[in-house]
Amino acid sequence: MPSPPPRERGPSMIGDSLAQVGACGLFLLGILAAIPKSLRHIKETIRQIWFVGAMSLVIIMTCGLFVGMVLGLQLYYVLSIFGGTAALGTVVSLALYRELGPVVTALLFAGRAGTSITAEIGLMRATDQLAAMEMMAVDPMAYVAAPRFLAGIVAMPLLACVFNALGIFGAHLVGVTWLGLDNGTFWSNMTSSVDVWKDVVNGVWKSCAFGAVVALIAVFQGYTTPPTSEGVAYATTRTVVFSSIVVLALDFVMTAFLM
Amino acid sequence: MTQRRSYQVGTGLFILLGFAALAYLATQTTSVANFQQGPSYTLKARFNNVGQLKLRAPVKVAGVRIGSVQSIDVDPVKLDAKVELSVDKRYQDLPDDSAAAIFTSGLLGDQYVAIQPGGSPEALKDGDEFVLTQSSIQLEDLIGKFLVTGNPPPKPANGQDGDAGKPAGDASKPANGDTPDHTH
Repeated sequence: MPSPPPRERGPSMIGDSLAQVGACGLFLLGILAAIPKSLRHIKETIRQIWFVGAMSLVIIMTCGLFVGMVLGLQLYYVLSIFGGTAALGTVVSLALYRELGPVVTALLFAGRAGTSITAEIGLMRATDQLAAMEMMAVDPMAYVAAPRFLAGIVAMPLLACVFNALGIFGAHLVGVTWLGLDNGTFWSNMTSSVDVWKDVVNGVWKSCAFGAVVALIAVFQGYTTPPTSEGVAYATTRTVVFSSIVVLALDFVMTAFLM
Repeated sequence: MTQRRSYQVGTGLFILLGFAALAYLATQTTSVANFQQGPSYTLKARFNNVGQLKLRAPVKVAGVRIGSVQSIDVDPVKLDAKVELSVDKRYQDLPDDSAAAIFTSGLLGDQYVAIQPGGSPEALKDGDEFVLTQSSIQLEDLIGKFLVTGNPPPKPANGQDGDAGKPAGDASKPANGDTPDHTH
């Protein structure tokens, strides 16, 4: 059982956290500055989209299906108390587009892709590969950090859309196929209450922001990890913890602004 | 090289799948799906109260969708609601004494315009107006009347309130209800 790295208690802890946030902000600026350079090796970005996006499809699709099914089941039960089961399609789709799709996808994304980004970059740091790149005049910000950051922004909204589509399918499966709701009512109530811009597109903006935040935290934690195996382990944990907290907090703020 | 090719193809497929999902969500599950596809013609109806009727709400005959609400305006002179309905060209034989009513689908559902066909041999043409209309039923009004008078509320289905000419009709009703021999 490895002991946690020693930490001083008291004011310096607050100072440490502040310094972390500040360093993360500066790191974001560094990534943004390196983006034009990274576009020159666009193939690396494509490889990262494949790695964080396409490889996450299976878990996203499975979870989307089950989230949709449980939403269908629970809301059917609740709505039947009020005799409003006709609204099932509307409620499920609004809940998925506006809230659950972006947030649950971001949490899964942090667990599936964020951790592997952190571990990969952390091991690069621990084995001095990043230093070696600098020696060879390859900018690691442009070649390692920026492509993963871009891949997060591109992949997250697409994953969230797939998640939503599977969720609707799951709710339809439970509500219409198993519980016997009317198919036409399910769809027509949904189509008359859901708005493209206010619901679907706002959800896409949200998931873009979440993708950026999760990828930034993952890359930052990997990049600044202490170069030990223990350090990589803690950096991976911190990636999941921090990105979950930031995603949920940012979700509240964005909902308040996008309403 | 083949390794590199395969992930590039895979990434392309992934992006394609994501955008297909987005397109599906945006066009099949939202109000975009309700836009008219084929040619249509316009009918007009006047209501004293449209309730929560929204643009692009369905227009139905016998529960089947035949069109959608195109616009909702207030007539500045008569002070009632002018609603334009766009109806699919395939359904051109609506009798000209048909009635338009605003109903709610289910307890929590959205409101829609239901057309109850009449028996006239003449059909409604593009731009025609419904003679008989029935406003959306306001639950609060019904409860209010019931509480004030203790009577069962007056049947809302009697209204042909699309006919202008009784703008003060609603105001006079509570006075009616106050007369003592109104109770059965």
